[in-house]
Amino acid sequence: MTDHFAGAKTYPVPPTTEERTILGKRAVRLEDPPLVTGRGRYAGDINFPRQLHMRMVRSSLAHGVIKSIDVAEALKLPGVVAIWTNDDINELGPVDFRADRGAEILKPYRQPVLAKGRVRYVGDPIAAVFAEDPYVAEDAAELVEVEIDELPVVVDSWATPGEFEPGRSTEGALLKHSFGDIEAAFKKAHVIVELDLFTGRHSGVPMETRGALGYYDSAKDILELHGAAKVPHRNRETLVKMLGRAPKGLHVHESHVGGGFGIRGELYPEDVLVLVAAMRLGRPIKWIEDRREHLMCANQGREQRHKVRIAADKDGKLLGIDDEIFHDQGAYVRTHGANVANRTMCMMTGGYDIPAYRAVCHYRLTNKTPCATYRAPGRYESTFVRERLMDALADKMGIDRIELRRRNLIGKSQMPYLIEFEEQGVEELLYDSGDYELLLDKGLKAFRWDERKVEIAARRAKGEAVGLGIAIFVEESGRGPSDGAKMSVDATGDMELITGGASLGQGFETSMAQIAAEALGVDYQRITVVHGQTDRIAQGIGAHAARATVLTGGAVNETALKLRAKALEFGSELLQLPVGDLDIVNGVIVKKGAPAGGPSLSLADLAKKLTPGAKLLNGRDPHLAVEAWFNTDHTVFPYGIHFAQVRVDKQTGQTVCESFLIAYDIGRAVNPMLVEGQLVGGAVQGLGGALFEEFAYSETGEPLAVTMVDYLLPTLGEVPKIDVLITEDAPSPMNPLGIKGAGEGGINGVGGAIASAIDDAIGKPGAVVQLPVTPQRMKALLA
Amino acid sequence: MSDTVAITLNINGEDHRVSVEARRTLADTIREDCGKTGTHIGCEHGVCGSCTVIIDGEPMRSCLMFAVQADGRKIRTVEGLAKGDELHPLQRAFIDNHGLQCGFCTPGFLMLATAVLEKEPDIADGDLLDALSSNLCRCTGYQNIIKAVRQAAIEMRGPRK
Ligand code: FES
Ligand code: FES
Repeated sequence: MTDHFAGAKTYPVPPTTEERTILGKRAVRLEDPPLVTGRGRYAGDINFPRQLHMRMVRSSLAHGVIKSIDVAEALKLPGVVAIWTNDDINELGPVDFRADRGAEILKPYRQPVLAKGRVRYVGDPIAAVFAEDPYVAEDAAELVEVEIDELPVVVDSWATPGEFEPGRSTEGALLKHSFGDIEAAFKKAHVIVELDLFTGRHSGVPMETRGALGYYDSAKDILELHGAAKVPHRNRETLVKMLGRAPKGLHVHESHVGGGFGIRGELYPEDVLVLVAAMRLGRPIKWIEDRREHLMCANQGREQRHKVRIAADKDGKLLGIDDEIFHDQGAYVRTHGANVANRTMCMMTGGYDIPAYRAVCHYRLTNKTPCATYRAPGRYESTFVRERLMDALADKMGIDRIELRRRNLIGKSQMPYLIEFEEQGVEELLYDSGDYELLLDKGLKAFRWDERKVEIAARRAKGEAVGLGIAIFVEESGRGPSDGAKMSVDATGDMELITGGASLGQGFETSMAQIAAEALGVDYQRITVVHGQTDRIAQGIGAHAARATVLTGGAVNETALKLRAKALEFGSELLQLPVGDLDIVNGVIVKKGAPAGGPSLSLADLAKKLTPGAKLLNGRDPHLAVEAWFNTDHTVFPYGIHFAQVRVDKQTGQTVCESFLIAYDIGRAVNPMLVEGQLVGGAVQGLGGALFEEFAYSETGEPLAVTMVDYLLPTLGEVPKIDVLITEDAPSPMNPLGIKGAGEGGINGVGGAIASAIDDAIGKPGAVVQLPVTPQRMKALLA
Repeated sequence: MSDTVAITLNINGEDHRVSVEARRTLADTIREDCGKTGTHIGCEHGVCGSCTVIIDGEPMRSCLMFAVQADGRKIRTVEGLAKGDELHPLQRAFIDNHGLQCGFCTPGFLMLATAVLEKEPDIADGDLLDALSSNLCRCTGYQNIIKAVRQAAIEMRGPRK
C-alpha cells in the first residue's frame, strides 16, 4: 500500500525524546511569567488615547423585517458621538467566508455587518453606538428604538425548510460524501442497526469574551485591528477585500488571548465595524463584548441530527454506514462555509475498515445563533454517531463491544490507508500512520478495563448504576500547504523567532522555542517567539485545526536548521575546523567531543562579527538571520481512545463521571506537559458537552442560555481525575519531527464514551441518543 | 454625565484617589481608573470568578461590587502578589505545574487560593477543593490548578516542628 505515498515527501523515523536535549521534554512555559503576575495584555487591557467605545444594538426577536430604527433619543445622550445602522455602511459587503467546497451557492447566506432589512436571530446586530464611555454607549444602545414585524421562525434543522428570503430556501446546500456500493452493502447485510441521534448545541465559551480595537494610523495610512486571534493573516486577507484597501494598509495584531477553541478569532461583524469606524470617525474604537452577547452571538456548533444505519456481516465485519444528516447552521453562513458539515462527513468512518459509505447532509439555516467550528469540529459529532452505532451493533449481535471494534479496526499493515470519496472536489484522506489495535490494548490495560468490570459488577449487585464506556477515533491535523518562519540571533545571544502562527493559550511560544532550540543547539528560554503580527511576516496559518504545531513547527525546524548551517559555515572558517567536527551546544559553537576550554565561538560573538561590510562575509548576506519554509501536501492523522466510567443517580438523574482515560498517539510530543494539558482541558470541555452544556431555544427562537447560570460549564466539582496515556508508536512520516497535533484529541471522543458508559450503567444498550445527557433527559431514559 | 463620587481605593498598599459614578463596578474601577488590568472580567455576573480580588482579607468578586462600596478598604490584586522579582509560592506553583493555559482565569484563581490559604493554612483537602470550585477555567480542566494549589499550600504552611 506504500504507493499511496507516491510523490509525497516522507521522512525517516525521528529520534525519541531520550535522544533529544529539549524537544519532547516537559519544559516550563515561556508564556507564564507575565500571566501569573497580572502583566498579560488581553484585548480589554489595550487602550488608545481618545478611543471611543462601541456598543451593539441587537435584535430581541429571532426573525423579522425591520420596520424602523429610531436613534434620535439615543443620539441626544451626552457623550454619544455616532450611531450607525446598515444605511450608514451599505457599501460594505457581508462578512466573507474562506474558500470551501460548496461555497459558491452559500454566498447569499452570509451575514451583513449590520442587519439589512431583516433580523434572523436573537442577537443579530442592528445598530452600532459609538460613545466616549462604555457605560454611556450601553445607555444609548438601550434608547435606540427598533420596530420589527415578526416572521415565522425555523428552529429545528430537520423541520420542513422555510424561506430565507423570497425565493430562497433555508436549505442552503445538500452535501454528499460517499464511497463503495452502499446499496449492495445493505442488501447483503446479516445485521442492520438504525439509530436517530442528536448532538446538542455547544460552544467554546472562552473565559475572555470577544474584543476588538480599531486604530487608524493616518500618518502611515495603516489601519490596525487589535485583539485579533486564531487566524490573523487570513482575517487580514478577508478584511483587505471587504474594505477595498491595499494589503500594506491593513494589519492585524494578536495580543494575549483568553481561550479560543475554534470560535474566537474568526472574523465577526464587530471586527469589521471597529475598523470602518476608526477611519471614518477619526478616533480609535474599542469594543468589548459582554458575556450575554457572547452567548448569543459568538459562533456555536455541534447541533446535528443523524438518521443513520450500519450494516455488518455475520461475523460482525462492517459492510457499510449510511447517514442522513441535518446540520443546523444557525442564521447565517459564517467564515467556515460548509466546513463543519464536510468534516463531519469525511471523518465519520474513523478508524474502522469500512467498504461502503454514504452521507447526505442537509445544510440548513435556522433562526438561531450562527455556527462554525468549535474544537474538533465535525469529529465530536461523528465520533458520537459512529461509536453509538458500534455499541448498538455489538448489542444486537451479542458480541462484546471491544471485540466488535477490534475486528473492524484498520490494521497496522494497512497503513498508509487511503479513503477516496466519489464526489468531485472532496479531498481524499490518507491516514499516514497508526497502530490502532496496539493503542487499544495499551488503553484497556491502563484503564484496567477488565478489573473495573469486576469492581462494577460488585457495585451493581449493591444497587448502584455504574458503567464503562469507550470511543475510538481518528483526528486530523496539520493540513498544508506550507508555512514559513524567520529567526535571528542578536549580539547578546538572544534570539527572535518570527512565525505566522497564533497562540490561544496552548503554549505555542514554548513549543516553537523548543523545536528551534533543539535544531539550533541553544537555550529555549532565550528565544522570543513572535506570532499573530501581520506586519512582521507576510504569511501565516494561525492556529486552527491543530495545525500550529505540525505546520508552523515544521517551518520553525527548517528555519533553525538553516540558521545552524549558516552559523556552522562561519564557525568553521573562524575556528579553522571542518563543519562536520563542529556542534552547537547551549549557544556556543564547539568542537565535537572536545573537553571544556577547547576551541569555541558563541553565537553572540558570531552575530557581532557578521555586521554589514564585515570582511568575513565575503559576498554572503550579513547577520545571523535566516528565513525558511516547510511545505507539505498532507494532513497527519493522530488517533485516540477515550475510556469512561460513570455512575448514574437514579433518583436525581444525575450522571457523575468517576474516571476517564485518554489514550492518544501523538507521533512525537514536542512537550508532553503541554500535550497533557491540551488533552485534559479538551476532555473536560467534552464532558461539558456530554452532560451539562446546551444552547437551548424556545419554539419562538428565543435563546434560553444567555448567562453562565444557564449555560453550565463544568466546574472543578464535576470533573474526575483524568488520566492521560500518551504513546509515540506511530510518528508521522509526513514531517521531519514525526509530530501530530494534540489540540482536539481530548474532546473528540468524550460524547461517545460517556454515552457508551451511561448505557452500560443503566443497563439499556442504545438508550442515549442525544447529547447532553442532562438530569431531565436521564430521568426520561429511566422512566 | 452623571454625578461622580470621590473615593480612595487602597490597592496593594497604594492609595488611588478616583472619582466614579455610583454605578461603576469595582472591577471596572480597578482596571480602568487604577490601571490594574490583571483583574479580569469574564462574566460581570458573579459566576466565573475571574475578577476575584481580596478585600480586607476576604476573596470577593469585584464585578459584583460598586467601587464606592470599597472606599477606604484594603484591596489586594494579582499585581501585589510577588515581592519584587520574587514570585509568590502560588505563582511559582502555577508555572511549575502548568496550572494555566490562556491565563485569563489565573489571577482570579491566584487571589481566591491566596485568601483561602492565608485564612486557613491547614484547610482540609476537600474544603480546599470546594473553595476552588467556585471559579471557572475553560482551558485546563482544573487538574493542574489543583496540583499547583496543593503544592503551594504545603510551601505556605512552612516547615513543621
Ligand atoms: S467577572 Fe466577576 S464573577 Fe465573572
Ligand atoms: S487558563 Fe484559560 S481559562 Fe483558565
